[in-house]
Amino acid sequence: MSRFRRVLVANRGEIALRVIRGAGAAGYETVAVYSDADADAPHVRAADTAVRLGPAAPVESYLHTGRILDAARRSGAQAIHPGYGFLSERAAFARAVTDAGLVFIGPSAEAIEAMGDKAAAKQRMQAAGVPCIPGHSGAQSDDQLLVEARRVGYPIMVKASAGGGGRGMRLVRGEDELPDSLRSARSEAELAFGDGTLLLEKALFGARHVEVQVLGDQHGHVVHLGERDCSVQRRNQKLVEEAPGPSVTAALRRKLGEAAVRAAQAVRYVGAGTVEMMLVDATGEFFFLEMNTRLQVEHPVTELVYGVDLVGLQLSVAQGDPLPWSQAEIDARRTGHAIEVRLCAEDAQMRPRTGTVLRWSPPEGVRVDAGIETGSVVGSSYDSLLGKLIAHGPDRETARRRLVEALRRTTLLGVETNRALLLAIIEGDAFSSGVFDTRLLDTMPLPVVPTWHPALAAIVLELAGRRALSRHSTVVGWESTRLAARAFALSCDDELVRVSLQALDGDRWRAGEHELQVRAFSETTLRYTIDGLERSAAWTLDGDTLWLDAAGVTRVYVDRTYAPSIGTRGPTDGLVRAPFDGRVTRVLVTVGQHAEAGQPLCVLESMKLEHTLNASAAGQVTAVHVAPGDQVVAKRVIIELAAAPSSS
Amino acid sequence: MPVLGSRIDPRSERFAENRQAMLALVDAFREIEGRGRLEEESKRDRYAKRGQLLPRERVRHLLDRGSPWLELSTLCGYLQHDDKDGSLAGGNLIAGIGWVSGVRVMVSASNYVIKGGTMTPLGVEKGQRIQEIALEQKLPHVSLIESGGANLRYQAEMFIRGGRSFANQARLSAAGIPQIAVVHGSSTAGGAYIPGMSDHVIMVRRAARVFLAGPPLVHAATGEIADEESLGGAEMHATIAGTTEHVAQDDADAVRIAREVVSHLGWTSAASLRPFIEPAYDIDELCGAVPVDFRTPYDCREIIARIVDGSDFLEEKPDYDAHTICGRARISGMQVALIGNNGPISAEGAAKATHFIQAACQSGTPLVYLMNTTGFMVGTRSEQAGIVKHGAKMIQAVANATVPQVTLVVGGSFGAGNYGMCGRGLGPSFIFAWPNARTAVMGGEQAARVLDTVARHKLAREKRAATDVEEQLLARSHAQVVAQFEAESHAFWASAHLFDDGIIDPRDTRRVLQLTLETCLDARRRHLSSNTFGVARP
Repeated sequence: MSRFRRVLVANRGEIALRVIRGAGAAGYETVAVYSDADADAPHVRAADTAVRLGPAAPVESYLHTGRILDAARRSGAQAIHPGYGFLSERAAFARAVTDAGLVFIGPSAEAIEAMGDKAAAKQRMQAAGVPCIPGHSGAQSDDQLLVEARRVGYPIMVKASAGGGGRGMRLVRGEDELPDSLRSARSEAELAFGDGTLLLEKALFGARHVEVQVLGDQHGHVVHLGERDCSVQRRNQKLVEEAPGPSVTAALRRKLGEAAVRAAQAVRYVGAGTVEMMLVDATGEFFFLEMNTRLQVEHPVTELVYGVDLVGLQLSVAQGDPLPWSQAEIDARRTGHAIEVRLCAEDAQMRPRTGTVLRWSPPEGVRVDAGIETGSVVGSSYDSLLGKLIAHGPDRETARRRLVEALRRTTLLGVETNRALLLAIIEGDAFSSGVFDTRLLDTMPLPVVPTWHPALAAIVLELAGRRALSRHSTVVGWESTRLAARAFALSCDDELVRVSLQALDGDRWRAGEHELQVRAFSETTLRYTIDGLERSAAWTLDGDTLWLDAAGVTRVYVDRTYAPSIGTRGPTDGLVRAPFDGRVTRVLVTVGQHAEAGQPLCVLESMKLEHTLNASAAGQVTAVHVAPGDQVVAKRVIIELAAAPSSS
Repeated sequence: MPVLGSRIDPRSERFAENRQAMLALVDAFREIEGRGRLEEESKRDRYAKRGQLLPRERVRHLLDRGSPWLELSTLCGYLQHDDKDGSLAGGNLIAGIGWVSGVRVMVSASNYVIKGGTMTPLGVEKGQRIQEIALEQKLPHVSLIESGGANLRYQAEMFIRGGRSFANQARLSAAGIPQIAVVHGSSTAGGAYIPGMSDHVIMVRRAARVFLAGPPLVHAATGEIADEESLGGAEMHATIAGTTEHVAQDDADAVRIAREVVSHLGWTSAASLRPFIEPAYDIDELCGAVPVDFRTPYDCREIIARIVDGSDFLEEKPDYDAHTICGRARISGMQVALIGNNGPISAEGAAKATHFIQAACQSGTPLVYLMNTTGFMVGTRSEQAGIVKHGAKMIQAVANATVPQVTLVVGGSFGAGNYGMCGRGLGPSFIFAWPNARTAVMGGEQAARVLDTVARHKLAREKRAATDVEEQLLARSHAQVVAQFEAESHAFWASAHLFDDGIIDPRDTRRVLQLTLETCLDARRRHLSSNTFGVARP
């Protein structure tokens, strides 16, 4: 096979940028693909050539094999890197790429297939001597699953055989919960993967999620690059990853590595892959979970610890080159500790958020793999991962401190993120100690918002007002006599917060029990003092929406101070008046009757037109002043309603 | 650049004494301003329960974030009429210039918390001065109304003069200056014409009361039994009478709507701001640089050095006359022509000032007067030098000046000097006083001596000496005249009678000049859509 020199990256976001960067560094020409939602995305500009795939929906773009192959053909790309997610673990895609005469940068379609079916993979691993979690795969009837569950013993996990990413996954504590869980897991699996096949596994509590990076070449050599601990998870989604695992000894690492290499060899694995395991600290036992046949989101921690470029290695393996290192040589490269956090677009309740990035100011001194820039639109078409911060240090604690500092110095305004949660995790006692398992988030205290945060927002709004006015007046903010305190109504996290801000001398402000002093104010930053501590806060104002990043907490406040009252329009005195002169043809209600909002009350005829009068709000009819046939003059009260208690 | 030198030593004993005395005067007028507020604050909870905002909360809510606020005539009516304790200082009307929805506006708000917001004669006069400023400076006027109307005990002083307020409203409307009335509560009888004659009206549901006569008077006059809501509630005016354009849910909502209305006026700022530097001297030193007693002379350049950009002052003819100081400078980038007093105005000084005023008019440069004068110079030499004709010429120049004029009474303001230095009667765009100012036709001592001399001349004509009783009467009369002049020339008394637009803290002088000059210049550049009819209600 001739060597390729132009690589198409069939992905988007941070991983597309990462692969384009890696391929470029290795001397390859790069081709980006994009959907309409990503037309202005950074990865499009980073590549030498870019090709549009189609509309934003993944099935029309990043999941559309035909369009990706067409893009490769038109751009003359000879190889395709799938990144992670999307088509990266679809055997059919790998096969289609190969059939088109192109190089698929990853394992063979057969290896993907072998690992893609969870049940089959488990049987194959057991055969290869890789320890697996006790469980069941096979017979699918509820009755059979009930019997198998009893054999394995509760608690158990119900999983989608074709699954991943937590979908189709259920924890079942006892037999009574099983039927419901089977039903919901099966339908979720069918929806997500088109395959409702389930498998059962013994649930391991207090276990860690540890995975081993492996790398195989086309000449049958497989090596491992140690483990990553990914135990910090929420709803089976990883948030923080590190290498090496805090509880993994050298002896255990060797055992884990050997098991992972065996797993890879069992499927004749080529390229970069990851063997996921559950590790029980107390016993040192570990069990095979699954193998991810692609580059992982968290691959950078391994890169920093081993000083390697996994994308570069993927490319060279795909060219047919032999691995440059033996296992011993790789082991010798290990140095220090690396930790990664995933910055995701989500709110304090961990719901995905969208928006436009108004300011993105990544920190210096750590590795930042991000797919956004100021002005980027974060939409709902793709996953919520915005970027990753990866810190390295000679030891775990140094890496952790560097990452804390880097996260504090990260500013992202315009889209809500999980930064405060990430900070709370890596600053928390459990993570700091290194002793934790996959339940870390359940037991961890949630990030705390300083009580003065809204007061600071109010100060920013006041000072932003001064800035705006200073285009017209050389005196702003000053008052010859003292007026009242400034009142603000700010909506934040679905709550309305009221702030009363009193100006004091010397750029000082009082809000409730808090006293804050303004030291400096610029277009982007507020320098302030509270409790004797001087700090900076980043802010940006987008219409009525204020983004404020202070004390490690970024919040979005919507200024509702001058928002119209609800129900401002129209009189609500309950008096129904004749809209014009006319004759009453019908009266549709009687005194004492309850009328719903919008209910017809009376019909008037005027100028040959029939006009129905409706109740503007719900209420009880307290008076009817007209009867059919009556002439009425405009604005005369016809019917009176007393507001219903609920609407008053 | 001719940067002024200062001979003031901020560490000197004299500086400290001056400062202490001036700050005591500042504290005195701030304390008076605060008297009404204590009463307002004590009622806050009661009104808050009803969903009402205090008058100053209404103003605050109306103003833009970061808006400056220049309140006017805070001492109006102080200790006059039925103001026994000073809590009515301000005439029960809060008024000032601020920004609303990016527009510089005149704001007035009735202080309903005190005596139901009833108006005293001086409060009515203040309202008319507010209208005059709005008209001259082309400022939209937003009034936040809730008033029991005129205090009937003083109806004789108000009834006829009060008519001018409505004439002013009609003229403002015709001049193309929008008036926005927010009716928060009662605005009845004559008061009903305030919204009635406004161009945009907002009424608060179940709170506004706008009618010519309330239920008791209607019953007495016609026998009809009617409630307030049907006589003049917001609903009635919104749906039947058509007196209001907008109905608000509560005070805050009404203010919000007023902001919306202003935002739709299309009243863009015409100001063009230029970069500038602050004075070379600390403006805070103004309190110590100047003696509070007008009898102690001082160099007005010490004030100028602390209020103009970079303390840069291009003085004219300093050697022609040393007592009337004329020169050009900039205040926050705006060109100004300053006239100050370093003593009585002589014939030469008057002639020099006249030329200076005319030259300022020629270049379109606003005039700023720093008034501290015991008057025009008297005596044979002065009369023979033509002080009458030169003084007349100066008054003529001031009266007919075509540029904005802002006067600051920074010391004595006596005799025709008050006219020559653009006192209230000469119609300055704005006039403010420091709390040490003294205003009278002459000094109390001089007046008493004049009266004493007249009495003794009469005795002399009768060719007799004063009896012991007459001597006692003369002494008592002397003391009375001195005391009367002392009281009536006091800065607070003058401000109570609207001889100025307010007392200011000397340390605020530069800011007040910035705000007023920008207001004047903005007005000069603004083209109004005037009309001949004034806007009438539907």
